[in-house]
Amino acid sequence: MATAETGIGKAAKRKEDRRFLTGEGRYTDDIDLPGQVYACFLRSPHAHARINRIDTGPAREAPGVVAVYTGDDLAADGVGGIPCGWQITDVDGQPMKEPAHPALAQGKVRYVGDQVAVVIAESYHQAKDAAERIDVDYDILDAVVSPAEALEEGRPQVHDEAPGNQCYVWELGDGDAVDDAFNRAAHVTRLDLVNQRLAPNAIEPRAAVASYSRGEDQYTLYTTSQNPHVTRLLMSAFVLNLPEHKVRVVAPDVGGGFGSKIFHYAEEAVLTWASRKVGRPIKWTAERVESFMSDAHGRDHVTHAELAMDDSGKFLGMRVNTKANLGAYLSTFAPSVPTILYGTLLAGQYTTPAIHCRVTGVFTNTAPVDAYRGAGRPEATYVVERLVSAAAREMGMDQAEIRRRNFIPRDAFPYQTPVALTYDVGDYDATLTEAMRMADVDGFEARRKEAQARGKYRGIGYSTYIEACGLAPSNIAGALGARAGLFEAGEVRLHPTGKVTVFTGSHSHGQGHETTFAQIVASRLGVPYEDVDVVHGDTDRIAFGMGTYGSRSLAVGGSAIMKALDKVIDKGRKIAAHMLEAAEQDIEYDDGTYRVAGTDKEISMGEIAFSAYVPHNYPLEQLEPGLDENAFYDPTNFTYPAGSHICEVEVDPDTGKVEVVNFTAVDDFGNVINPMIVEGQVHGGLAQGIGQALLEQCIYDPDSGQLVTGTYMDYIMPRADDLPSFRVGTQNTPCTHNPLGVKGCGEAGTIGSPPAVIDAIIDALSPLGVRHLDMPATPVRVWQAIQDAQGSRAA
Amino acid sequence: MNVSLTVNGKAVSAEVEPRTLLVEFLRDELGLTGTHVGCDTGQCGACTVHLDGRAVKACSVLVGQADGAEVLTIEGLAGEDGSLHPMQAAFHEQHGLQCGFCTPGMVMAAIDLVRSYPGASDTTIRAQLEGNLCRCTGYENIVRAVRTGAANMEAQ
Amino acid sequence: MHAFEYHRPKTLDEAAAVLARAEDASPVAGGQTLLQTLRQRLAEPSDLVDLRGIPDLYGITREGDSLRIGAMVRHNEVARSREVEQAIPALAGLAGGIGDAQVRNMGTLGGSIANNDPAADYPAGLLGLGATVHTSQRTIPADEFFVDMFETALEPGEIVRSVDFPIPQRASYIKFAQPASRFALVGVMVSQGAGGVRVAVTGAGPAVFRVPDMEQALALDFSADAIRDIRVPADELNDDIHGTPEYRAHLVTVLARRAVEAALNAG
Repeated sequence: MATAETGIGKAAKRKEDRRFLTGEGRYTDDIDLPGQVYACFLRSPHAHARINRIDTGPAREAPGVVAVYTGDDLAADGVGGIPCGWQITDVDGQPMKEPAHPALAQGKVRYVGDQVAVVIAESYHQAKDAAERIDVDYDILDAVVSPAEALEEGRPQVHDEAPGNQCYVWELGDGDAVDDAFNRAAHVTRLDLVNQRLAPNAIEPRAAVASYSRGEDQYTLYTTSQNPHVTRLLMSAFVLNLPEHKVRVVAPDVGGGFGSKIFHYAEEAVLTWASRKVGRPIKWTAERVESFMSDAHGRDHVTHAELAMDDSGKFLGMRVNTKANLGAYLSTFAPSVPTILYGTLLAGQYTTPAIHCRVTGVFTNTAPVDAYRGAGRPEATYVVERLVSAAAREMGMDQAEIRRRNFIPRDAFPYQTPVALTYDVGDYDATLTEAMRMADVDGFEARRKEAQARGKYRGIGYSTYIEACGLAPSNIAGALGARAGLFEAGEVRLHPTGKVTVFTGSHSHGQGHETTFAQIVASRLGVPYEDVDVVHGDTDRIAFGMGTYGSRSLAVGGSAIMKALDKVIDKGRKIAAHMLEAAEQDIEYDDGTYRVAGTDKEISMGEIAFSAYVPHNYPLEQLEPGLDENAFYDPTNFTYPAGSHICEVEVDPDTGKVEVVNFTAVDDFGNVINPMIVEGQVHGGLAQGIGQALLEQCIYDPDSGQLVTGTYMDYIMPRADDLPSFRVGTQNTPCTHNPLGVKGCGEAGTIGSPPAVIDAIIDALSPLGVRHLDMPATPVRVWQAIQDAQGSRAA
Repeated sequence: MNVSLTVNGKAVSAEVEPRTLLVEFLRDELGLTGTHVGCDTGQCGACTVHLDGRAVKACSVLVGQADGAEVLTIEGLAGEDGSLHPMQAAFHEQHGLQCGFCTPGMVMAAIDLVRSYPGASDTTIRAQLEGNLCRCTGYENIVRAVRTGAANMEAQ
Repeated sequence: MHAFEYHRPKTLDEAAAVLARAEDASPVAGGQTLLQTLRQRLAEPSDLVDLRGIPDLYGITREGDSLRIGAMVRHNEVARSREVEQAIPALAGLAGGIGDAQVRNMGTLGGSIANNDPAADYPAGLLGLGATVHTSQRTIPADEFFVDMFETALEPGEIVRSVDFPIPQRASYIKFAQPASRFALVGVMVSQGAGGVRVAVTGAGPAVFRVPDMEQALALDFSADAIRDIRVPADELNDDIHGTPEYRAHLVTVLARRAVEAALNAG
């Protein structure tokens, strides 16, 4: 019996907290194995260079060095390149260009931080000392870092296999219908937008500890991963050519991911391979400078977008042309992010009947770009909401009114958009109404006047976003280019004493699955919350898993657990029927108790579990003993969380500094299992969205290709005093197609918030003539925008 | 060189390389892995411990600089009976942590903050937590936790 | 971090001797900049001389019209010192805004000024208040102490003992933080006292500098309006992703005005 405090819908305090609060968490870098040595990767200091020669001799002689390896050593052992898990088909039907991605550089380096060699030594200091003694003879080549420039004639070529640096051109939607809509339009809004590159910056840097047991012919890799099974599959089958069952991958406590730890990285494969070569366990932990250089980045789009309307502000059509930076190599899910997870979201919450999207994926001399919290959907939302807000300003319409006029009405679901998705359910007007109430929009003009008296410009901005989460129906994903399924696995094991262990293929790196999943299981089985433990992150303990990303853990992973629970309960019913000497169809189940309908004969789940393991009075002729059920769940649709964000800012015109003074988010997440955890997810998402809008940006020097923002001294991370206190609410419509009715909440804050912040600033500064601003709205950029607007007014 | 210091109430003496950082000593020599390293520039604060009662970044202190000093880490906060320190309890109560990686440093910084600024406003709490990065919580619940922790500490 | 020898002298003489003897020795005070520099392998000293054990380098004392602060006094001690708060509240405020709480618990006055980071706060404090630096060998006015980016008048082996700050009639320090590092993108210290008016700027240029035009205008009329239209030339100011020279030049005037207003309100 889940108690009142821990039942579904209750803010149960987290089970995982104690170990984190007492220093007992066990992160990858906390793991030391007997005889362990340390790896240091030598990384390219150049954005683009040919490698003529690598002299590792002096490094090999350095104190404490155990081994030094380069790409040649990997090639000699037949080690393959890092694979890509998604294939996009070009507009002319050809597969995308997919150049090799060597685990250690082969002949060329293509971005600053590209790994060139690995030194393994008795201590990390010694490995690093020795790495400085490797002499690499480079021919430095010209580099290109911007996606727009990389597509121009005569620019440096990152890969010979991808002429013009083009990986693919991908299209979605009916171009003719869109042309027709624009021909009929009374008004067209046009915007050029940059969605800047971001570094994910989980506070725990990536790390790995690899070992090989000769006696068991078994590899073990501890790694900072959001999906250890996928890492095992990719690494064993495609890189190292090892039998999958001889590789164990463990993702222990992981200190944040935000997408960056989904991917299979070269360091994992190199360490695993080298652990056998040197016959000792090897640890590698990234320094933060390495994280900045070599973790997959996010975003980096350059977009031209147009929205056509009739004279009442009703949207007729949308046209979007995006150049998406993929970096130097294709990271695991990179091709899907600016395509499948982007173009399909361009309908937003609106009835826009015709949409066409064209995306060019581009190679550049920069770190690979892949999924970062939101992945494609923040980019789509930014395009749609910036267009809508600009359109309202241009047409002199109220920001809420233009949105309401175009919302998909509540009674129109399921709703087929012109960009492939079918939204199952939603009530967009409800979230907007509630957000406006919570934000006290009615009082805004008074607040604006009051700020003006203090010399501050105050503005308000809106974003009504949608996202597609709960990735994903495997057959649809497969048709769209996925090279893997996107189901999830779950197992519910009742022990003889009635205690429960749950095994999930989802991975928690902050999301609190140990709590949320336990709430579900305890409620459904009627056992105490304390009696349920959740295990994740170990390929030896969990049958399979696709991991955690795309706000999928509860919608997909939780649904797999629900299916396993159904199997447990069904089996229990058979056992109960036998023990209670009744027909199976007469047994009712409720909250952990089986009852013969219409009688007082009952038996608890605990007794059933005992009987399953001590099967003395048991239907052995029809039923196996034990109570341990495994299930796989493949969703039938995406889920569609949606919501309304309203941001209020104050701008100091003398310094350009923007302060977010109010931020309201009202989201529709479907059913909520633990509102405390959901709220926490929204807070964190908002911090990353506001961080993108105001602070964060990865900058590569356009000439040298050096990463300018390579430490926290230059990359602006949101700190406590950069952010406001958030007002958060929900207006939920349960998802119609998964057993929990849940939608996912991990990315909403990051997806919805950036356009609200930017439009609030534009609103604030419109009296000064500012019409447009790119992210991040740093003080210098805002100040410059004011100067430019004033200058052009004066001129 | 030899260093002697008190860590979580226990006297510790060891022969170390001079270039050993306090955080390396705590993690690698003493196995106190609750103190984390999140950056190389002294910005993230994940390694915050108390040195003679004051919050410092253990990545920015050589173990030699802590010679003869008292060091308190996250492992030394809870009571011997396992009862959480009021600030630890407040982080649990207010959901002031998600992935847990910044948490030890955040809790250690928060305790010094409360001692230095009794009755701190939210603005002061946010300003004084400038040296601790969290990527998960958006700081909202951390601020609530520090406020609650302050009240808990005062009540003790 | 590269390897080095580590010394813990008990007296200033002992420290000076080690510094003189070693091949490439560096003193370490709080170490808040030095250790990060070493971690990133941007410096490779042969020896580190830890000044922590030298009693002469501590203490905050008021002597007549002047406040003396020892080189090893931590930023948070200055920020929370009753003596400093009463004598020069602007200096307490400056110290309370250096780095972050943890840095302020380790970082020292002597370490900061000896390093002379072009975006550090204390150099503006010393120059803007007309302070005097006492070293192991001599006395150096702030005007001569800060030479250039990361360069001071200190000779090799010379150690900062303390700094004397004349107590001004009024003063204020306003900092606009570089949003990532939280160092000063621009910081302006304005003071008015027996030595006249001083305006010192950190963060904006290659090293801390005074703004004579503003000082003259404020000497005639200590009001924000008096310097409203005084601009420092942008052409020698720093240029990076956080601020163009023009932006920094603009901020110097904005912050100087605000500092004058704050000084008037405080005094």
